[in-house]
Amino acid sequence: MHIFEGFLPSPWWQLWFVFSIPVIMFGMYRLNKLVSERRDLLPLLAVAGAFIFVLSSLKLPSVTGSSSHPTGTGMAAIMFGPAVTAVLSVIVLLYQALFLAHGGLTTLGANVASMGIIGPVVAYLIYKAGMKANINFYVVVFLAATFADWITYVVTSTQLALAFPSQAGGFWGSFQAFAAIFATTQVPLAIMEGALTALIFKYIIQVKSDALVELKVISQETVNKIRGISS
Amino acid sequence: MKIGTGEIIFAVIAVLFVASFFYGMAANPGSEFGGVDGAAEGVITDVTGGYEPWIENLAFEPPGGETESLLFALQAAIGALVIGYFFGYYKGKGRSD
Repeated sequence: MHIFEGFLPSPWWQLWFVFSIPVIMFGMYRLNKLVSERRDLLPLLAVAGAFIFVLSSLKLPSVTGSSSHPTGTGMAAIMFGPAVTAVLSVIVLLYQALFLAHGGLTTLGANVASMGIIGPVVAYLIYKAGMKANINFYVVVFLAATFADWITYVVTSTQLALAFPSQAGGFWGSFQAFAAIFATTQVPLAIMEGALTALIFKYIIQVKSDALVELKVISQETVNKIRGISS
Repeated sequence: MKIGTGEIIFAVIAVLFVASFFYGMAANPGSEFGGVDGAAEGVITDVTGGYEPWIENLAFEPPGGETESLLFALQAAIGALVIGYFFGYYKGKGRSD
């Protein structure tokens, strides 16, 4: 869930724009380069964007008795990096802010920061570290996507706690209250998203592994290894 | 596409997810599983003693739940269409090569 219109007072909404805009600009530069130099990779980019579109439209019930939605950003972060993912997230967040009154225009900077930047950065780091450590590809994808989703909501909790520190407990008091809602509800959803992302990667490797190799997401040796041993 | 280890693991996790939802229904009787954003609004009110958003929604607002669910479904449909199209395209292309 995204922070609603008007629910971040000054200076917080401006600060989150200051944080997000440079990353979005860099992402647009990267995206432009990708689009002009690697036209053959456009379909994969479309799939990554569409995945965010689908997943962030699904409000899933959680064990806590509340509903929330996954983010779908882990896949794009693994394939294209966090900056491009930030741009894709802006598209989705704008759709929801403009047509669904879900999220908001003044809170767009904060929502891009959580869903489009910090979550994907964590996913990207987990992915790179996991592949370096030679852990099974699908396990690494699962972990990266799960944490991209979950961290997004930890960041949302942080953003709200910074803007609304509680009188008794300050930032931490508020953070615990927000995280109790966002971060706990999100746990089963994040795991589900991680599993789905790993499964989709299996299909991408089946039909278009050369694109992943070209993007340096995965090495040809790993593809061969996966094809040799897994289903 | 034949069923492999990946699909089985995914199915197990999906079943566990559904099971956790049913557990959640039993553990929270009467809950309508409202959005977490609504719950967060409650916390903001508690913490601040009543917060008024400093700006109202400027964009289009769905007049009700029906239109809102239409637009969410549309969002999912557009995404699913794109994903399905390209997977089908690559799969077919792989066969004809």
